[in-house]
Amino acid sequence: MSTVAIDKAGPTRKVKLRSMSRDRTWALRWSYFFLTLFAIFSLVPPIYMLITSLKSSAEISAATNPWWVFHPTLSNYVELLTSNQYMRFFLNSAMVSIFVVTITMLISVPAAFALSRMRFWGSATLATGVFLTYLIPDTLLFLPLFKMFAVFGDWTGIQLINRWYVLLLLYPTLTVPFCTWIMIGYFASIPKELDEAAIIDGASWFQTLTRIFIPVALPGLIAATIFAFTVSWAQFLYPLVFTTSTDQLVLPVGIITSLIKGDVFNWGQIMTGALLGAAPPLIIYAFLMDYYIAGLTAGATKG
Amino acid sequence: MADVTLRKVVKRYDEVEAVRGIDLDIADHEFVVLVGPSGCGKSTTLRMIAGLEDITDGDIMIGGDVVNDVPPKDRDIAMVFQNYALYPHMTVAENMSFGLRLKHYPKAEIKSRITEAARMLDITDLIDRKPKQLSGGQRQRVAMGRAIVRNPKVFLFDEPLSNLDAKLRVQMRIEIKKVHQKVRTTTVYVTHDQVEAMTLADRVVVMNHGRIEQIGTPNDLYHHPATRFVAGFIGSPAMNFLPCRLEEAGGQLNIRLTDRLALPLPPARAARYRAIPRGDRLLLGIRPEHITEAKMHAEPGIETFDTVLDVTEPMGMETLIYFTLEGAQVCGRVNPNAGARDGAPLRLAVDLNNMHLLNEGTGIVL
Repeated sequence: MSTVAIDKAGPTRKVKLRSMSRDRTWALRWSYFFLTLFAIFSLVPPIYMLITSLKSSAEISAATNPWWVFHPTLSNYVELLTSNQYMRFFLNSAMVSIFVVTITMLISVPAAFALSRMRFWGSATLATGVFLTYLIPDTLLFLPLFKMFAVFGDWTGIQLINRWYVLLLLYPTLTVPFCTWIMIGYFASIPKELDEAAIIDGASWFQTLTRIFIPVALPGLIAATIFAFTVSWAQFLYPLVFTTSTDQLVLPVGIITSLIKGDVFNWGQIMTGALLGAAPPLIIYAFLMDYYIAGLTAGATKG
Repeated sequence: MADVTLRKVVKRYDEVEAVRGIDLDIADHEFVVLVGPSGCGKSTTLRMIAGLEDITDGDIMIGGDVVNDVPPKDRDIAMVFQNYALYPHMTVAENMSFGLRLKHYPKAEIKSRITEAARMLDITDLIDRKPKQLSGGQRQRVAMGRAIVRNPKVFLFDEPLSNLDAKLRVQMRIEIKKVHQKVRTTTVYVTHDQVEAMTLADRVVVMNHGRIEQIGTPNDLYHHPATRFVAGFIGSPAMNFLPCRLEEAGGQLNIRLTDRLALPLPPARAARYRAIPRGDRLLLGIRPEHITEAKMHAEPGIETFDTVLDVTEPMGMETLIYFTLEGAQVCGRVNPNAGARDGAPLRLAVDLNNMHLLNEGTGIVL
């Protein structure tokens, strides 16, 4: 038996023996440092809004410390919440968002199912095409869209411009492509055998979608819903362009048109209005996030 | 319950022919296993029977009816997949009853069928669990349960045991056999594992390159392979193939393996091979169990020779030995007490009564 000489030369640099936990401690320190930085960065504006919303107009314009409320008042809140106009904006926003989310889901879920599972001629190209439309910015589209609706109004006599429900036609151009794309991704992660099993069990395509795909892809569905809701709630350009009468306005546009009079900025109420307007998405996030994360850890097919 | 018939079935993907015109008759109640290396077309064949793939050409009949254009749900089949394909959001009971619920079976009927299947598969305690709370073997049972409750004409299994570990695989193999003994549904089972094929099948269909190489009972394939592919594929360790020639010396027909080693053929074999031209390049096919340690007394048809072993593998009940003959590695199986050691000389006996002679060019067993 001959033995092979093993080269004993190790690393030339002296190996520092450090415990895993020390590495981990440092990693955590850095994480907390950046998390704190990020939290400050993103929380300062809303805190400033809150502070301002609790001040009277006189105190806002006074030369005192802007980060402190000396005479706190709820008058801004009372005024807005009792104002019919502001409640109208809120109601318009809510209706538009709920309808848009519904329309978006009704279109993009079946579309994503068809594009990801029912292999047909051109389905891959179509799927890419759907995503590409999302890349076209709304700032590029609003003029031609406006013209389209104007011409449509002239031809048919159906006036859509300056009606809140015109937004139900406009917002899906932003939400449907992206939600379809998200859902294609989720559906693609569902093993092929699952729909084959359903088909052999006697399910139609529609039953496969409603009874297998939608329940299994629920986390994706919720992510898409959140996205569609956020886009509809925060959209500014389209309502600014397409709606003008105060009773047709949604929140983001309503706040700036009704609370800025000429060059007079009613800062207290603007901040209050924006803060109250941010509440619904926050509440939805808070409720759905738990469900969303729980859904992500659901069982897969293999063991 | 039904028979399944395939007539000249072809599957073509663009330029590639995955299945090249196969004919197969599966009798009612029969358990048929399609076996072959990956890419041999066995899964495609199964999926065509299921209706998950279109048929490019030919006919598939289930229970005498041509089902070429019948959608899967109307073929009355049930399929068990390799990755189980359980619906993750449903409990075991819901998984098993899904097909029945879609067909609006009465609740009491569904319940009794689930209870019966769960009892048969020993998963009664699990029926309220979700798939993620089950082990691999339990999931596989549920997948089988889902097939059983449907009471279909044909069961289709697509490599159902490939995701399980070796021990569990053996156990589930026995379970599947037991279930088939009770339910007696016509079964088509696809696997790449020849042991699974041999142990489960009434008849095995060996496939290669989209064609059927041979159809037969497990013993048939083992003892009378028709081609080199079947001879090499069935059996583990695989059959040895040694280049050889026939030669005649003094009226006795010999096979010459090396310049120094020629073995006289036993009379029955000699009569069978006499017509083969002497110049043909042939292969001697001999299974490892027919190369053993030499016994004290001579037996007809058993020839001895000396060799030096390269490697030995003690398996407990036997020892596998490997040695080289004319550059080819040969495997034999000897008694653990025969004194086989790495690098040691050993006198071996080869049983020519169980030999096969193959044409090297065509690969056909002569």
